[in-house]
Amino acid sequence: MRKVAIYGKGGIGKSTTTQNTVAGLAEMGKKVMVVGCDPKADSTRLLLGGLAQGTVLDTLRSEGEDVELEDIRKVGFGGTLCTESGGPEPGVGCAGRGIITSINLLEQLGAYAESEGLDYVFYDVLGDVVCGGFAMPIREGKAQEIYIVVSGEMMAMYAANNICKGIVKYAEAGGVRLGGLICNSRNVDNERQMIEELAKQLGTQMIHFVPRNNFVQKAEINRKTVIDFDGTHPQADEYRALAKKIDENKMFIVPTPLEIEELEKLLIDFGIAN
Amino acid sequence: MLLRHTPKEIKERTALRVNPAKTCQPVGAMYASLGINKCLPHSHGSQGCCAYHRSVLTRHYKDPIMAGTSSFTEGASVFGGQANLLQAIDNIFTIYEPDVIAVHSTCLSETIGDDMNQIAAKAKEDGKIPEGKFVIHASTPSYVGSHVTGFANMTKSMALQFAQKTGIKEDHVNVIPGYVEPSDMKEIKRLLKEMKVKNIMFPDTSHVVNAPMTGKYKMYPDGGVTVDELMETGDSSFTFALGQWASEDAAKGLDAKFSIPFDVLDLPIGYKATDRFIESLRKNAGVTVPDSITVERGQLMDVIADMQQYLYQKKVALVGDPDQMIALTEFIVSLGMIPAYVITGTPGKKFEEKIKQITKDVPYEVKVKAEGDMFMLHQWIKNDPVDLLMGNTYLKYIARDEDIPLVRFGFPILDRIGHSYFPTVGYMGALRLVEKILERLMDRYDRDISEEKFELVM
Repeated sequence: MRKVAIYGKGGIGKSTTTQNTVAGLAEMGKKVMVVGCDPKADSTRLLLGGLAQGTVLDTLRSEGEDVELEDIRKVGFGGTLCTESGGPEPGVGCAGRGIITSINLLEQLGAYAESEGLDYVFYDVLGDVVCGGFAMPIREGKAQEIYIVVSGEMMAMYAANNICKGIVKYAEAGGVRLGGLICNSRNVDNERQMIEELAKQLGTQMIHFVPRNNFVQKAEINRKTVIDFDGTHPQADEYRALAKKIDENKMFIVPTPLEIEELEKLLIDFGIAN
Repeated sequence: MLLRHTPKEIKERTALRVNPAKTCQPVGAMYASLGINKCLPHSHGSQGCCAYHRSVLTRHYKDPIMAGTSSFTEGASVFGGQANLLQAIDNIFTIYEPDVIAVHSTCLSETIGDDMNQIAAKAKEDGKIPEGKFVIHASTPSYVGSHVTGFANMTKSMALQFAQKTGIKEDHVNVIPGYVEPSDMKEIKRLLKEMKVKNIMFPDTSHVVNAPMTGKYKMYPDGGVTVDELMETGDSSFTFALGQWASEDAAKGLDAKFSIPFDVLDLPIGYKATDRFIESLRKNAGVTVPDSITVERGQLMDVIADMQQYLYQKKVALVGDPDQMIALTEFIVSLGMIPAYVITGTPGKKFEEKIKQITKDVPYEVKVKAEGDMFMLHQWIKNDPVDLLMGNTYLKYIARDEDIPLVRFGFPILDRIGHSYFPTVGYMGALRLVEKILERLMDRYDRDISEEKFELVM
């Protein structure tokens, strides 16, 4: 079983990319579980066709600690298993602690057990790793590989670099490795070259360049992944390609985060300054 | 040798504290809350916090200390403690019927960012606070400051959340006694009565944590400042704040809100600080000093003069809270003794400055440390011993290992009684301190002196 965590700047398209890629893996016959680690609980919407489900923490609130796995896990597209951590409403409580509680609970309930026969677990984590709780998926050898969703926009690259610093910290203790950058294109000039260079400098690879296509939004409005909504669309092949690359990926490294000056230079060399 | 692992050689430490000279903010907040009549302190956090804070106070006062807790579970930590606190407020007013619930936060509720102000407002809105009953709250994270900070925060809360201004200037004054014993609060009230100063003292734990045994259990003993009195503090003509660390915030808060002038004084420990307190009362409350107080002062001075030879140039190590240490150091200097080491666990650079200023004419190097610990003190003592230790019960380990007499003073005292009933403030309190100091020093002298020098009359 491979445990994969997806990080990246808020709004970069982590949840969309994760679910579309998972759909690709499911199509390949892989058994995948998705763990949404965002208090908004919107990480499995496309796989479940918009189906609202109880979050792990909701059940904790209503039923104490007497929870069954079935209460918090729903089967989505292609037999994927979907769970959402959930969390407090905005402005109260501690969402970070929620992630820790939720992942511990899933472990206790045997969601990761051998008997489940999982090929993959995907953790889709809230934008910025603002506190220890949001690093839970990469702590103590939980997720072994990380993909960072990024675009050619400066703040997205800045966030990606920052996340790499977090990975370095946990790589020393827990053995987590960076599997690559996923470029979710925003149609920025020289985007592919710039992210390829960023990946190189971080010591990793740009595993795939996902072109921008409004069809993704169209599928989203219909509460479906692209593969589910229209498997013949070229965008579906992009996600299939990404899924295949992740499945065959052999490049797992400890990143070398850039100094802020180096990052800025990268933007000047490739970015709009040209 | 229980502390045999303490090395003589001093190495610089940046983070580690060993045997700290402080405890949690909520301990102070809980103690301050008990100084309100018919008040149940409430700890907004996990149960362990509340259990510990209650036990510290119970062990110090040898009286049952009651308090509620929001009993945080994993769920409360994630979703916030509002539901727990609302339920607690409902339960407490229904079952235990206090007039006031004084809520203080804990590390956990502070870190997850619970807004107690909003929760208290919601409790009111939801009708969970009966007519004529009150919920007040103070923010007391233990990773900031110390128990003294917690006391100061709750004292400020009780003043500002109750005080009202009716526009009628009353002829009374506010007295904030600081983080002192119930016996001290009673003694300060006695002095105020002798001086004929009409006053509201808050908090006032006398007859709460040193309540008499009557054969009948009273959940809320008779003592404590009443809600009506706290409301009237907004109409007072002046505020006397004793102890900068414990009382200044409340006095400043009242001044900012109601324009009540104030004087921040040292705790009246020792004759000099008591002189200043009495003088401030005379000036700011417009009263005269009665002969009875002058007599007390004279008695103290007589004893100090009589026994000077046994006090002169004796070296003392002092550990305690900033307000106590500042006043006590001054007293020790005025007795002709040498405060060789002064340590507090409470943070605050100005503490060190103040002690240095008080001891600037002492013919000996005085070592002072804020945010210090007893490990450091012990190392200092190993390098240059003292004749006497003064501080809380935790000093008994050093006293035993180094064979140095100990006068128990401050908080907490877990292994002796007396502090609840006999004050150390005012002239009479100072007399008691001198008596205790002499008792220890002269007992030691009698123990160690050679047979030919052993004296009947001293």
